[in-house]
Amino acid sequence: MSKSVTQPNRLKEGGRIDRSRKLGFTFNGQHYQGHAGDTLASALLANGVDIVNRSFKYSRPRGIVAAGAEEPNALVQLGSNEAAQVPNVRATQQALFDGLVARSTNGWPNVQRDVMSLVGKLGGRFMPPGFYYKTFMAPASMWMTYEKYIRKGAGLGRSPMEADPDSYDHLNQHCDLLVIGAGPAGLAAALTAARSGARVILADEQEEMGGSLLDSRELLDQQPAAKWAERVLEELAGLDNVMLLPRTTANGYHDHHFVTLHERRTEHLGETAPLVDGHRGVRSRMHRVRAGQVLLATGAHERPLVYANNDVPGNLLAGAVSTYIRRYGVVPGNKLVLSTSNDHAYRAALDWVEAGREVVAIVDARANPQGDWIDAAKAKGIRIITGSAVIEAKGEKRVSAARVAKIDLDAFKVTGQAETLACDTIASSGGYSPVIHLASHTGARPTWNEEILGFVPSLVKGVHAAGSARGIHDLAAGMADGVAMAAQALEALGQSARAVELPQVDARREGPACALYQVPHEKPTLRAPKQFVDLQNDVTAGGIELATREGFESIEHVKRYTAMGFGTDQGKLGNINGMAIAARCLGKTIPEVGTTVFRPNYTPVTFGAIAGRHCRDLFDPERYTALHQWHVENGAEFEDVGQWKRPWYFPKVVNGKKETMFDAVARECRAVREKVGILDASTLGKIDIQGPDAREFLGRVYTNKWEKLAVGKCRYGLMCKDDGMVTDDGVTSCLADNHFLMTTTTGGAAAVLEWLELWHQTEWPELNVTFTSVTDHWATMTITGPEARNLLAEITDIDLDRDTFKFMDWREGKVAGVPARVFRISFTGELTYEINVQANYAMHVWKTLFEHGEKYGLTPYGTETMHVLRAEKGFIIVGQDTDGSVTPEDLGMQWCVGYDKPYSWIGKRALTRSDTRRTDRKQLVGLKPKDPKVVLEEGAQIVFDPKHAIPMPMAGHVTSSYYSPTLDSGFALAVVKGGQQKMGETVYLPMADGQVHEAEIVSPIFVDPKGERQNV
Amino acid sequence: MFHIYCPYCEEHREEEEFRPKGQAHIVRPKDPEACSDEEWGDYLFFRDNPRGIHHEMWVHAVGCRKFFNVTRNTVTYEILETYKMGERPRITAESLASGEIQGNVQVAGGGQQTVGASNAAVEAVKGEQA
Repeated sequence: MSKSVTQPNRLKEGGRIDRSRKLGFTFNGQHYQGHAGDTLASALLANGVDIVNRSFKYSRPRGIVAAGAEEPNALVQLGSNEAAQVPNVRATQQALFDGLVARSTNGWPNVQRDVMSLVGKLGGRFMPPGFYYKTFMAPASMWMTYEKYIRKGAGLGRSPMEADPDSYDHLNQHCDLLVIGAGPAGLAAALTAARSGARVILADEQEEMGGSLLDSRELLDQQPAAKWAERVLEELAGLDNVMLLPRTTANGYHDHHFVTLHERRTEHLGETAPLVDGHRGVRSRMHRVRAGQVLLATGAHERPLVYANNDVPGNLLAGAVSTYIRRYGVVPGNKLVLSTSNDHAYRAALDWVEAGREVVAIVDARANPQGDWIDAAKAKGIRIITGSAVIEAKGEKRVSAARVAKIDLDAFKVTGQAETLACDTIASSGGYSPVIHLASHTGARPTWNEEILGFVPSLVKGVHAAGSARGIHDLAAGMADGVAMAAQALEALGQSARAVELPQVDARREGPACALYQVPHEKPTLRAPKQFVDLQNDVTAGGIELATREGFESIEHVKRYTAMGFGTDQGKLGNINGMAIAARCLGKTIPEVGTTVFRPNYTPVTFGAIAGRHCRDLFDPERYTALHQWHVENGAEFEDVGQWKRPWYFPKVVNGKKETMFDAVARECRAVREKVGILDASTLGKIDIQGPDAREFLGRVYTNKWEKLAVGKCRYGLMCKDDGMVTDDGVTSCLADNHFLMTTTTGGAAAVLEWLELWHQTEWPELNVTFTSVTDHWATMTITGPEARNLLAEITDIDLDRDTFKFMDWREGKVAGVPARVFRISFTGELTYEINVQANYAMHVWKTLFEHGEKYGLTPYGTETMHVLRAEKGFIIVGQDTDGSVTPEDLGMQWCVGYDKPYSWIGKRALTRSDTRRTDRKQLVGLKPKDPKVVLEEGAQIVFDPKHAIPMPMAGHVTSSYYSPTLDSGFALAVVKGGQQKMGETVYLPMADGQVHEAEIVSPIFVDPKGERQNV
Repeated sequence: MFHIYCPYCEEHREEEEFRPKGQAHIVRPKDPEACSDEEWGDYLFFRDNPRGIHHEMWVHAVGCRKFFNVTRNTVTYEILETYKMGERPRITAESLASGEIQGNVQVAGGGQQTVGASNAAVEAVKGEQA
């Protein structure tokens, strides 16, 4: 309880926090206090919270290690209620806000007493990489059971179970130069480009722009470094050609300089976006930036040293120690031992001493380090132990001591007696790895630079890197590099750079770093206490050594075997150390071992941010016909057909009881066969085709003949791909000698239009013809049934005489007083008129039909009845009865194939290939179940011999199957091998439940085989 | 995501507006009936899969609806040029190998790599060869 006020590790002054603003928060159920400007991590450290998580595999207690995106341990689950849950947030990147509620993602029942740690302790040595797979391998059927419990013990956060109250935006952005990172190099670059007049976007992932300048010890022009950053940002903010995006992470670098930036707008204010004037703001924005040039000023991540028990809470990165002290006014301990391979890390010890705490020793792996920073440490009276390193940390829930010994870097050996130094914090630095992730996304392989002991990015055209991101870690040189690289980018854009004066920085005398990754221990790696390489995935030096012994020589294989660099970490902290260890074990150099490829995203992005507004009603467009409102008002159930909402059937409500689908469809079917029904067929694709060569074109894309189709006539056509397989069908009508109206399937409309354009534009540009989609312009109302003529006659001036307006004719005239095209075509087998009117007249015509239709029993029907009626007639639906492997001949539609047309139309040649000539191809037939009560399952497999040993040879499958009220029986269409020659034979349909249905192969035309009813 | 210059709209647009249509310059044989089954099968089903320069057809599906060709490096994904139907690529694997970017010199060789999409264009090329 006392913890909530004391903040024992908070300094009295210093840092960039606002001490006047106190913020309360809850971590693992305990209440604490921090300040505005804190991250959750700095606030936890201020409150002396050592253990923030349990490790993934061994359940070891873990503390905060870093201060930025590279933090491996402090993954938290945010959210005070179910809808606000966010998993796997790095506490180092989460700004503190009042009322923040966070929990450790791992640890059951809690991080202080973790049941799984017993497994880690007992099993420790016995849990090598692949442990779970090796141990729980047999029997394979039990893996699912084991996995459930293993996951409960491990796991990395969980998704919310309730809808997200927040909204997210996507924005498209364009700029000349995108600068990623607002540290010293990025600010210098952005300033150069901005003053030169280029359109600049500057994005930075932190709460505050300025990068390392915010915690630098350096003076720029004799002022604190952060002051210079403030001045530059103020200037940039005042320029119209600059967009500043703080709290914005560049997560993915995609083709052609398309970069996704994820801007967190409100995550520093609360767990959901606050209401402003009653409106909830946008939680985050995904900026989709198309940049002319991109400059990566992403800085570097410090590498920890790999020594025994380097995961005990209290082991931190040296740079993180400086950041917490200088930026947040937090000292994460009392007694520090610093283990380093370089000069730069000495600053952590200086900051520690200046914060009034004790530095026990600086342990430098180099034999004779020389430089200004070493002198400064000596001047403070700090003990410096050279040629040595921390080889092991002591302590369980917090560091209690460091074992320090002389080491031989070349021989990888401890050479002296270890000395134990009592301390509670060990800071380590093994050098700096440029953040090359984004450059790596472009596919460019980074190259190893021996001088800086790190990978530097290879850059594709249009990408530039500056400062630490390409290994220039010196402050003054990094800023100068920012200016130079901005000038280079501007030159590529054809713009010239204006000179920028950079501030004066005191020159420092620095010595070279030494190459130290894993620190040797007295015991061999596999016997020494665990030396962690990847803290997030619990990958140890021993694990990597074992992997190489087991024959995993490629770093890509080592990575997959050990899980190094997996998860949210993506190798930020451990990758180079892991490669160095693999290289040592294999006797190779680091570049010989290779590097792993980084992929988007750089840090995790929530699904909400990725989805943006493309959810709920805006997920996918819905298309409605002009008659939609009538269908809604008349109780239609709807079916999705592509993006269209089509009436499926119209259940009647009788005495408050809604008709079943079965009853409704039976009633609708009878109405059509006995009286008259009406269908909204507006969704059929309609393509207006005009031009002197229109007829020739139709002849080439359809299988049948078109040269003699007279004005006023309609014709059914089949369309194939050049492989001879049916791809669409529909009726095309001749409106004038050079003017046709093609109809397509509802789902195929767009594809058919593109298909026609493809052939016209690429193969036959000499044909004079144009195509226009008119699907939405015309509403189509199909009236069908014996009474159709009597009904239509009441409201049209068109002569409906059976001998002048014949089947497959069309006529122009007025229907219900509006101009109409009426087509006498039939998809039901009944006397049918398809009335086409301008869509905006449709409702009037539809209602007029109903005014006159009542006495004829006019009944609206939907797609289900349409399917039953057409199947009774053996009319196919492309995509249901065909599947891209069915020729017109397989369908028995030779009558629709113009074998002697002069032009070798699309699909013709393929019909004489040896494969399409096979007689045992699957062919369309009708199936009559022996038991009329049976409605076969669509998709059911057909066999000739149900007694055949399994696996039975499959002879085909059911494509369409319904109950027919007309036949009072189930019936089906099917494709059966050689089926057209097997009329009257019996086939069998073994079902999953053990039943075997019997059916007779019959003609696919079940009703009115001679087609007399449509001709009346 | 690609940034593609539509040679008809004469501006760069986002890949979302386009659809890829596979290898470019696949010419339908003039006389399909004269083809053997194998030749017809080659035309229908067989495509190149080069590492490096690839000529491919795209359509500006939600823009001008025009088909056009793209010369793209399949390793770097760089788009080197786009050109209209019936035109020939200025940049080819051969022109890059010979160290110069040549305009209008690629010749039809072996059917698959013929240039120009329309029969008229193919005939023009074949005429030049003859």
